[in-house]
Amino acid sequence: MGLFRRESWNVGLLVILALLLALTKAVQPNYGAAGFEGLAQAALPFAFAAAAQAIVVIAGGIDLSIASMMAVTSVTAAVLMEGATEGQAVWIALFVLGLGAAMGALNGFLIVITRVPDIVVTLAMLYVWEGVALMILNAPGGGASEWLKALPIGSVPLPFLPESVSSFIPKALLFLLVCIAVVWFPLKRSKLGLQIYAIGSSEQTAFRTGVPVRRSKVIAYSVAGLFAAMGGLVLTASTGIGAPIPGPYLLASVAAVVLGGVILGGGRGGLIGPIIAVFILRLVRTILTFLAVDPNVTTIVEGTIMVAVVMAGGVLALRGRRRKAA
Amino acid sequence: MSESRIPLLEASSVTKVFGAVRALENASLEVRAGEIVALLGANGAGKSTLVKILTGALRPDQGRVRIRGSELAFASPTDARKSGLIPVYQESSMIPDLTVADNLRLTDTGTEPFRHWLNELGMGDLRLDARTSGLPLATLRILDLARAIADDPVVLLLDEITAALPTDLVQKVLEVVRSQKDRNCGIIFISHRFIEIGAVCDRASVLRDGRTVGSLDVRPGVEDQVVEMMLGGSLDSTAAVGDSGVAGDRAAGPPRLRANGLSAGDNLVEVTFELRHGEVLGVVALEGQGQDELFEVLSGFERPTGGTIEVDGAPVVFQHPADAIEVGLAYVPGDRATALLMQRSVHENIALPFSAKASAWGAIPKRRERERVAEAIERLQIDTRAQGELRRLSGGNQQKVTIGRWTAANAKTLLLFDPTRGIDIRTKRQIYPLMRELAAQGTSVLYYTSELEEIPLVCDRVVVIFSGRIVDTINARDVDESMLMRAAYGLRPSSAEAA
Amino acid sequence: MTEAAADGGYGIRFKRLLSEYPVIPLILLLTALIVALEIIRPGIVNERWIANTIKFAIPLAMLASCQTLTMLTGGIDLSVGTIATISAFVMATQVTLSGSAAAIPIALAPAILLGLVNGFGVGVCRVHPLIMTLGTGLIGIGCLQVYQRFVIATGSEVPDYLAWLGTGRFWILPHSLLLFVPFAIGVIFMLRRTGFGRLLYALGENENATRLSGVRGWQVHLALYALSGLIAGITGLLYLGLIKAPSLSLVEPRLLPAVAAAVIGGTSIFGGRGTYSGTIIGALILTVLTTMLTVMQIPEGTRRLLFGVIILAVTAIYLRLTDES
Repeated sequence: MGLFRRESWNVGLLVILALLLALTKAVQPNYGAAGFEGLAQAALPFAFAAAAQAIVVIAGGIDLSIASMMAVTSVTAAVLMEGATEGQAVWIALFVLGLGAAMGALNGFLIVITRVPDIVVTLAMLYVWEGVALMILNAPGGGASEWLKALPIGSVPLPFLPESVSSFIPKALLFLLVCIAVVWFPLKRSKLGLQIYAIGSSEQTAFRTGVPVRRSKVIAYSVAGLFAAMGGLVLTASTGIGAPIPGPYLLASVAAVVLGGVILGGGRGGLIGPIIAVFILRLVRTILTFLAVDPNVTTIVEGTIMVAVVMAGGVLALRGRRRKAA
Repeated sequence: MSESRIPLLEASSVTKVFGAVRALENASLEVRAGEIVALLGANGAGKSTLVKILTGALRPDQGRVRIRGSELAFASPTDARKSGLIPVYQESSMIPDLTVADNLRLTDTGTEPFRHWLNELGMGDLRLDARTSGLPLATLRILDLARAIADDPVVLLLDEITAALPTDLVQKVLEVVRSQKDRNCGIIFISHRFIEIGAVCDRASVLRDGRTVGSLDVRPGVEDQVVEMMLGGSLDSTAAVGDSGVAGDRAAGPPRLRANGLSAGDNLVEVTFELRHGEVLGVVALEGQGQDELFEVLSGFERPTGGTIEVDGAPVVFQHPADAIEVGLAYVPGDRATALLMQRSVHENIALPFSAKASAWGAIPKRRERERVAEAIERLQIDTRAQGELRRLSGGNQQKVTIGRWTAANAKTLLLFDPTRGIDIRTKRQIYPLMRELAAQGTSVLYYTSELEEIPLVCDRVVVIFSGRIVDTINARDVDESMLMRAAYGLRPSSAEAA
Repeated sequence: MTEAAADGGYGIRFKRLLSEYPVIPLILLLTALIVALEIIRPGIVNERWIANTIKFAIPLAMLASCQTLTMLTGGIDLSVGTIATISAFVMATQVTLSGSAAAIPIALAPAILLGLVNGFGVGVCRVHPLIMTLGTGLIGIGCLQVYQRFVIATGSEVPDYLAWLGTGRFWILPHSLLLFVPFAIGVIFMLRRTGFGRLLYALGENENATRLSGVRGWQVHLALYALSGLIAGITGLLYLGLIKAPSLSLVEPRLLPAVAAAVIGGTSIFGGRGTYSGTIIGALILTVLTTMLTVMQIPEGTRRLLFGVIILAVTAIYLRLTDES
């Protein structure tokens, strides 16, 4: 019961997702394995952006530069991979992941040493990273290695499952889950993860109980940078090139984080909720498309949902603060 | 008892200065193995500063602290913990969004010893996978204590550990604390309750005005001695303030302000009192007895959890401080910094409430405003030589600005929370007659002060709050300081001579 | 008189200078930049160049006023780029549809509306202004794209009076000064001599103190962001007259320079500190700096990076300077 209660938010999100999938099927009877695969692919960069944002928000901060970091890592990968062999490309991918972690760490480091609030530092860094991306690649270009491009495409053939079932497990989804699992679960279980939750929950109390606040904060931003780099690689993989102009991932990541049950202000939530939230937000778009709604109107609806979610999140955070104070 | 008691903790000549305030001056403290030492002092005597220094949250300007002979580095709370000084603070140190088990992992506390002490404290059935944000305050205090003891402290610092606990738990806690003596642990015990100090402490160390003024063995009847020590020679009665003729009963009719069974959570319990027209009603309480909540509820900052407020006989409900101001209740908080715009001028600070309403957002009527502000400055004798920015003014002048703001706005009722804390004696002597003058003109004042000698100088009547309840209402002309101090410590049986 | 003066110290004196006369070091910086520009490209500083610089600095200063006003309360308005674009685009298309007089209110209505939404989110729901204004900006762009499809056939037109206002000049004085001078006086008057201006500073410096004084913060936020939207809308019209080619990305690129102009002009991003005169000089500095970067053929990427670094560095320095004491 404890588990169910603690996961009630995620369960609720899954129910909404299931209902939306059913609705999609009702609107478009042809919707099946291929459609789901498309959904997973489209959701991939958003999911990584949301994961990155989530960990920073859990630590009590916010990172406005995630989309720009994705652009930097994406163009870096594209520029280096153009003409590189498949084997070299593996090293390039690893380098790009390290680059992302380093950029994130720099964000965190600047916040800690300048004592300027997170939101201002990462706003400035948003432009800095955007500039860096443009310096690396002035216009969309570069290339991607074949294995990277193939990574999110197709489904996973599992020997013990009939194809009609296994075709519903897109590689994109599996890739996402593996990446999150490799980074997040060990971290969450470690003492470091606890410290990240602790500084987000109450920086003052954490400091008094001996948590290394500054170090934990830098690490949280660094992990966010790592997730952003994964997002950047996925962008390069899906388009085959690198684009220096950041995509619409900033607001989407904040909305997914709020909808995913991570309270702005920190200390609560996880990565699973925001990722389910990303799928929900993407699916809304799919449904609107199937309903033949003007894509621009879809953008408006999407934006309105996101703003409404953030506004509701603001009200909830305000209530939470009141209760904490009482 | 045993003779070979080596000092575990030695703090000597500890000094800490904040701006112009000497919070600690040559304070010292010694705790020996197997000894429980009470750290006592009136509000503002420097207790909390000393606690912060001992626990590594603050760096002292001078002096040193040794634990088992080796010097404390004061770099951070982590260092203090490592050298064996484990504190239990007034507020819980459990991270609210984590489970109990995760909180233990955070401090590397063993689950086994923790369970053991939790059992001893009578909470053995608590689930360790419970999130601490959902637990009641009393449980959190017990968790803090069990964790601290399980960490095998050399010196255990207990700051008001019993404050939020029901009586049965208090007994268990005191038993467990006493049992630590056998483990040769040294304990610093901070409490406002003499009964508990008598029950567990071996020695009492008394602070006054930042200095350690004495240390005495705890035995029956020591309270009187301690109270005298805390008050010290401060009975050098402040020069008589003009006409301190205490006003008699004012005209009949509904009181200016009436609190009916007002409650705020567990901190303020069913408080009922009246503030009459033209009266200065004193409030006396030790730190954290519910006076903060009382003022926040009356000023519209917090909603009461029970009871009602009446102004001039009509019930009122405040959604926002603006509602309280609308009916003439103006609040001057204890921390000046929260009420002032330190980068702005005296004029701007006093005139701020004039522009509060949307109807007053237009062009400022310069001349009229200047007149009203000048009047307030004149009346409070605010030194305006440093007009540019408020932060360049002395604390006393800043405080006058917070009051002057409301005399300029003609507020009918002032809620003053410790208005003379940390300000110079000259300003204090200007504030006392001002209160009387305002009262004479019909203004009602609710006056909480941590400086008991002010009560007979300023107030008509005084209510004493202890553990969230009004335990006494006294006519101000009948009181003296030690009587108030005893009442504030809950020592004086409730009297029938209410005014 | 005070301890600070007795201490002497360059740092403290500089700090005093900044806090009491922030415009002086800014004017020095502006002069230095102009001299540097003349050295890099001799002969560039002439009558025409001055007129052009002022002409481009004016709408930037107006857009920056939105940042100054919101930053005074500790906020920011990142939707002004979108709002200005919307007003400009709606104006250009409505001139043919509804006539050039009726087009103005039609063009400014969405600006005020988006501003009100911002104010509601910030003041009532307590969403961080940065997130809120970013979100409304996104919605605004979406709406504009939809609107564009409806009016795709009508074509657009820049009314003569806007072109005259935007591009005309008299000696070194652009016509847009006719709009800007009263506007600037109005903003400065509002900040210094009205109750509303007083509350902006107070809210940014100590929100608790305003609550204690009976100020309902949400009312101020609502009015503030609506005003910011309106100013952005008017600026959009001016840009329309200046650039004469309405597009969906007309004003968006000016957003970052506007934020930078306010920050450089001495407005504290934390609230409570700043003047509009500082912001105006900041806008001039930014305009000269942009010319300089163009002359030196610095690519767009480096420019953004530089702007980001400037914002962070200036904020950190102001924080350092005002922190202790």
